Amino acid sequence: MRAKTLYDKLWDEHLVKENPDGSSVLYIDRHVLHEVTSPQAFEGLRLAGRLPWRLDTNIATPDHNISTDRNERSAGVSGIPDLVSRIQVKTLDENCDQFGIKEFKMNEMGQGIVHVMGPELGATMPGMTVVCGDSHTATHGALGCLAHGIGTSEVEHVLATQCLVTKKMKNMRVTVHGVLGCGVTPKDVILAIIGRIGTAGGNGHAIEFAGSVFRDMSIEGRMTVCNMAIEAGARVGLVAVDDKTISYCKGRQFIPKGKLWVDASSYWQTLVSDSDAVFDLEVVIDAADIEPQVTWGTSPEMVAPVTALVPDPLDEAEEDRRKGFTRALEYMGLQGGTPITSINVDRVFIGSCTNSRIEDIREAALVVDGHKVANSVKQVLVVPGSQMVKAQAEAEGLDKIFEKAGMDWREPGCSMCLAMNADKLGVGEHCASTSNRNFEGRQGTGGRTHLMSPAMAAAAAVAGHIVDVRDWLPRGEN
Amino acid sequence: MEAFTRHKGLVAPLDRANVDTDMIIPKQFLKSIKRTGFGPNLFDELRYLDQGEPGQDCLNRPINPDFPLNKARYKGASILLTRKNFGCGSSREHAPWALEDYGFNVIVAPSYADIFYNNCFKNGILPVILEEYEIEDLFIEVEKIPSFQLDVDLVSQTIITDSAKEYNFELDEFRKDCLIDGLDEIGLTLQHADLVKKYEEHRENRHPWVFGAIK
Repeated sequence: MRAKTLYDKLWDEHLVKENPDGSSVLYIDRHVLHEVTSPQAFEGLRLAGRLPWRLDTNIATPDHNISTDRNERSAGVSGIPDLVSRIQVKTLDENCDQFGIKEFKMNEMGQGIVHVMGPELGATMPGMTVVCGDSHTATHGALGCLAHGIGTSEVEHVLATQCLVTKKMKNMRVTVHGVLGCGVTPKDVILAIIGRIGTAGGNGHAIEFAGSVFRDMSIEGRMTVCNMAIEAGARVGLVAVDDKTISYCKGRQFIPKGKLWVDASSYWQTLVSDSDAVFDLEVVIDAADIEPQVTWGTSPEMVAPVTALVPDPLDEAEEDRRKGFTRALEYMGLQGGTPITSINVDRVFIGSCTNSRIEDIREAALVVDGHKVANSVKQVLVVPGSQMVKAQAEAEGLDKIFEKAGMDWREPGCSMCLAMNADKLGVGEHCASTSNRNFEGRQGTGGRTHLMSPAMAAAAAVAGHIVDVRDWLPRGEN
Repeated sequence: MEAFTRHKGLVAPLDRANVDTDMIIPKQFLKSIKRTGFGPNLFDELRYLDQGEPGQDCLNRPINPDFPLNKARYKGASILLTRKNFGCGSSREHAPWALEDYGFNVIVAPSYADIFYNNCFKNGILPVILEEYEIEDLFIEVEKIPSFQLDVDLVSQTIITDSAKEYNFELDEFRKDCLIDGLDEIGLTLQHADLVKKYEEHRENRHPWVFGAIK
């Protein structure tokens, strides 16, 4: 039998029908919904007189468009000040109620950013196909499932048929060998990968992340990595199942128990690429070459080690790149040749589906503990990814560390990652951000985003400018 | 969805690589629960000089005179010529909704982000892929020739320019058929409902934990 990659195995397991032209009907096990990309899909169902194919596959929660402010949140949905936003969140509630879909409502335990909520509740499991109307659905691939973002028409398609019509992607493997240095985090690994292969490097491919760095990495770290596969152009990011995956899943709310658990977990152990499987594209990176990373431009591939200088566009040989770099630096208000560590920050955002899990919050708290936010920094938002992360962080007293330092400890949601709610940058403001996109205007019109790890963002908040967190960490900490 | 077979129209250039979906339609407009009405806010931050908010009367906003869509010669364009990796970033289908609502039927670029490419076909927009050097040629022509039009024939997969140059493009058979026939894809999949049910039974036997967990 032909050797298979993990992606091949997941694909084959879910293939309902393959057409002669290669387009295929793929079965979907788990469908995650949120308020922004679902209303038009539900409306489509109603207009066509259709019902969801299966109810127990869907799970919903509001995250993109809700306030993270404690007072506004405590007033419930009717307390959302922006009328248009309020209607959108209410529409999700009404659609889920009408069609009988399980929803964790805005202030319910369980609510959170879709890609934090799914894994932590055990709603996403190894071996599943998982889709959501959000490009960061690749996150769930950290559990060894086939997960990717879809558009709203496809949300409707999955609701109505439990299937997607899609074409198989190619296989790509990114291997990172060795051991990460002190202060180098999963975020730095994925940013370094994007820096190497570019934002279109993974187009048309499913990327499997392999090698000792990912084997040694926690499941939450793997989620950070898979989350940003889309920033490398790949809809799908994957990590093979191992003992860490199995123990992460065990005991979570929707994870099977008893005999089902025994059967499921023994099947999950098979979810690895065969040792002789062939990948269409291979990239190999040495962990020793990865330093803490910071983006300096307006695309995630415009990234450099914190020790570097902002590149000079004139050094770029290719005209397209030179033009792109020039435009980016103009938008960012930066000069080529400026040390990255001399960039001042006006605001700091710690959160998003990339970096808002408990390990991220702990990483930031470790750096902040005992310090104060620099006077020049206007605001530091620390936004836990879910109600469960929030509760855990508060049980550990982490919220107090942030508040003592002068930071805002918020309610769970997507917040300033995409700035649909009131959490946003002003024109020209620089932000040290743990989110995933530094596009023009992404965090607010005219805002200037620098992507980095939670530890690096926390250190920038204290210093008032970008710093190399390795100079800040107590010895022996990683 | 309306059927698409052939389209002839005015070309507008957007000479920029990696145009992301935040740029195509900024997030504040994603609060809408409708599929329509996004056209006036297409490329909002590039097109206008002030900050866009939902519900504004866009006719009275200060426009950026340098942005191609604001130039008189590109008014009424229905074909967008642009650079590589168009539509990267978020999966928001609001991006093709905005392009369609503005009046674009065809996009011509060397490459697209996967999700955006897929979303176009669901909304009657044809995203044509040409080679980089062909795109370069077209950018030169659109700059040089006033009222430069393209005749895009999906059936024969060709583009003919005003200057009678011909380009061929590739796309999947299934996607082509869906566009040409304006097919309801959900209806098509539901024609295989028996197959899906059979698969589902098989899957439930093999992996019962996937079923029934969420109540």
